[in-house]
Amino acid sequence: MLHHGPMTAPPPEAGADAAPVLELRGITKTFPGVRALGDVELALHPGQVTALIGENGAGKSTLVKILTGIYQPDAGEIRLDGAPTRFPTALSATRAGVTAIHQETVLFDELTMAENVFLGHAPRSRLGLIDWPRMRREAAAILERIGARLDPDTPLRDLGIASKHLVAIARALSVEARVVVMDEPTAALSQAEIEELYELVDRLKAEGKAILFISHKFDEIFRIADRYTVFRDGEMVDAGLIADVTEAQLVEKMVGRAVDTIFPKRRAEIGAPVLTVAGYCHPTEFEDIRFTLRRGEILGFYGLVGAGRSEFMQALFGVTRPSKGAIRIDDEVAVIRSPAEAVAKGIVYVPEDRGRQGAITALPIFQNVTLPSLSRTSRRGFLRLAEEFALARQYTERLDLRAASLDQPVGNLSGGNQQKVVIAKWLATAPKVIILDEPTKGIDVGSKAAVHEFMSELAAQGLSVIMVSSEIPEILGMSDRVIVMREGRIAAEFEREGLTPEDLVRAAAGYGETA
Amino acid sequence: MTRLLKSRELLLSAAILALILLVESRFRGFAAPGNLTAVFNDTSVLIILALGQMAVILTKCIDLSVAANLALTGMVVATLNAAMPGLPVGLLILVAIGLGLVLGAFNGLLVWLLDIPPIVVTLGTLTIYRGLVFTVSGGEWINSFEMSAGFTALPRATLLGLPVLSWVAIAAIALAWLLIRLTPLGRAFYAVGGNPHAAVYTGIDVGRTRFMAFVLSGGLAGLCGYLWVSRYAVAYTDVALGFELDVVAACVIGGISIAGGIGSVGGAVLGALFLGVIKNALPVAGISPFWQLAISGAAIILAVAFNARAERRAGRVILKRKEASA
Repeated sequence: MLHHGPMTAPPPEAGADAAPVLELRGITKTFPGVRALGDVELALHPGQVTALIGENGAGKSTLVKILTGIYQPDAGEIRLDGAPTRFPTALSATRAGVTAIHQETVLFDELTMAENVFLGHAPRSRLGLIDWPRMRREAAAILERIGARLDPDTPLRDLGIASKHLVAIARALSVEARVVVMDEPTAALSQAEIEELYELVDRLKAEGKAILFISHKFDEIFRIADRYTVFRDGEMVDAGLIADVTEAQLVEKMVGRAVDTIFPKRRAEIGAPVLTVAGYCHPTEFEDIRFTLRRGEILGFYGLVGAGRSEFMQALFGVTRPSKGAIRIDDEVAVIRSPAEAVAKGIVYVPEDRGRQGAITALPIFQNVTLPSLSRTSRRGFLRLAEEFALARQYTERLDLRAASLDQPVGNLSGGNQQKVVIAKWLATAPKVIILDEPTKGIDVGSKAAVHEFMSELAAQGLSVIMVSSEIPEILGMSDRVIVMREGRIAAEFEREGLTPEDLVRAAAGYGETA
Repeated sequence: MTRLLKSRELLLSAAILALILLVESRFRGFAAPGNLTAVFNDTSVLIILALGQMAVILTKCIDLSVAANLALTGMVVATLNAAMPGLPVGLLILVAIGLGLVLGAFNGLLVWLLDIPPIVVTLGTLTIYRGLVFTVSGGEWINSFEMSAGFTALPRATLLGLPVLSWVAIAAIALAWLLIRLTPLGRAFYAVGGNPHAAVYTGIDVGRTRFMAFVLSGGLAGLCGYLWVSRYAVAYTDVALGFELDVVAACVIGGISIAGGIGSVGGAVLGALFLGVIKNALPVAGISPFWQLAISGAAIILAVAFNARAERRAGRVILKRKEASA
């Protein structure tokens, strides 16, 4: 047995009685074009909560997937009780006592709580059939243990989100977990429910479980964590004891890096207001969104995942309808009831989820590009393929799209080139306002720079850009102005000059306001 | 994808040709031009219905009510003809198409406005339309002697050596090709089935596009209602019973993806012809009709397996290309 664990081991007074249950050493994971994790270390100690902190895209989710056997690392080793081991499947990780409670609970609405808790490992009778009485009894006992007074026969669909989380936790405990990974468990909970979750975490600690707690909220990290590990751009930046750091230090470790060099935002002439949004509301997603967008401006929208940015953009684009609010385009009142109307009025939206919402992968490139512009490329109700090719060629060349032929299906292109096809499709409609939702998410560095350069070129040509991004360097580098959203509202608005990463993180997480 | 589809169509053509030659080698005369045009004529209705079904499947839907629609419109026009022999046949054809359009629109509206899964909607309307045939006819047959001569003669009349029925199928193929390849609506069929979410963001009304596909399928089924009862000179409740499965099978064999967004007019036509050749060849070879069903079924599974394999192979090519460029 190891005495003190890894090189990053904390000072003796904290770790003396507890060698890590689970250690990751030198873990590297690469996806085509992206290095998600590079040589990272992590140690989880029994009876302690380790907070994993990092921006969106820092590699936290990849790490969780490696811990739970969903991904295999390219290099590095996993040690369980000091002995090297592997988790080739999700089941092998579960058997080793590593379980995860995911952000969106992975449960079955039509099954009862008892069935959800024991799905896949239900107690069996001698005949090999499911032993229902025993399953109910054991489920009730586990729920009791975590302080949830719930009837195990209740179908899951009748429960609220908080109770579903309890069921997920009960499921984790039903396999005698030693390591529990919680991926932003409080994201969807109310304050009272969060308090209950904290108590539960304390109880799990007392039982000697090692807990990995992923969160963006600094108040809760300081409330329940014993240790921290900070990831940035797929690398471990720092690890240590919570007692030894301040919030400000953690924020700095999380975001600290030079930002100005990568992103070429050229100065553009900022002109008259193009789009004015006044008091846009939605019953459940956002409230009172108001701003003015000017010609040639890039307006950044920053916020944590789930702050309501994409939901607002979808309403602005007519995919959903706001409950209240009005917009003016070029100083004229406008009503947008469908995406077709938005396109007709000069607003286009390049969605975040390219696969689901962006390209039609089975169709060739040129047909994707011309899809919203068919009324211009057709005559008397008939398409003119030559016109379509010309239009598609014009815009794909402007974007430096690399493809063997415009006849090629979009599905054969790389992620960066697919993104270019989607952008070309919208530029071909000659819009006034282009909304880019996470424009460089999941694309390689080279394509990223090209997309950024193109954005500033568009602004220079007088197009107004709304850029939703969760990447602080991108927001700081590209935006003329930044709106930060938190929990469906505008939390702050910043001018470009003098804006720091800390300002953004504070506004987005609400840290520093209540303190 | 076009290249893949082309090769798929080529392969299907080769399979049909091989089938014809095989039968010819055992039973001289099967491949004679006269017989082949007879086979095409016999497959005309299947081809026309497959064209409509193809549009529906392209949008990620399915229309199981086509055969019931055909039976109902056929019964209605036959009844009208029997009751009022003086009505011009052209008018009856318009009635058939019009009624078919209405029945198709009913499917389309249920799918569009109530957002009910198409398989459920058309399974329901299949039963309703079939039931209505009985209601209209009271269970009675309308036989050839009750129909006017003009009514039954039209599909058999020959023009430039081919029966009118065949010419109608050829016209339907040409019009469908025009619609699918050269109109915004045709393009929308592919977009809606290929990626409904993306289609919404592109400003395409997914519900309306699907509605139009159902209307098209219904209109063609209505036209086939007249063609069927006039060709066979009989109308009864069970006309074309189960024929919707042949129509779907023709599409699937022709490489139209049940998942939507992939397929071509050529594929649908070849799929229908493949089934048509089997149907006409097996009786010549003295094989029982039950074997015909089994062979059609095997062809469907083979076609689907081949399509799935072709798509997987495309995936591997992408990976290789990526490695090469890296």
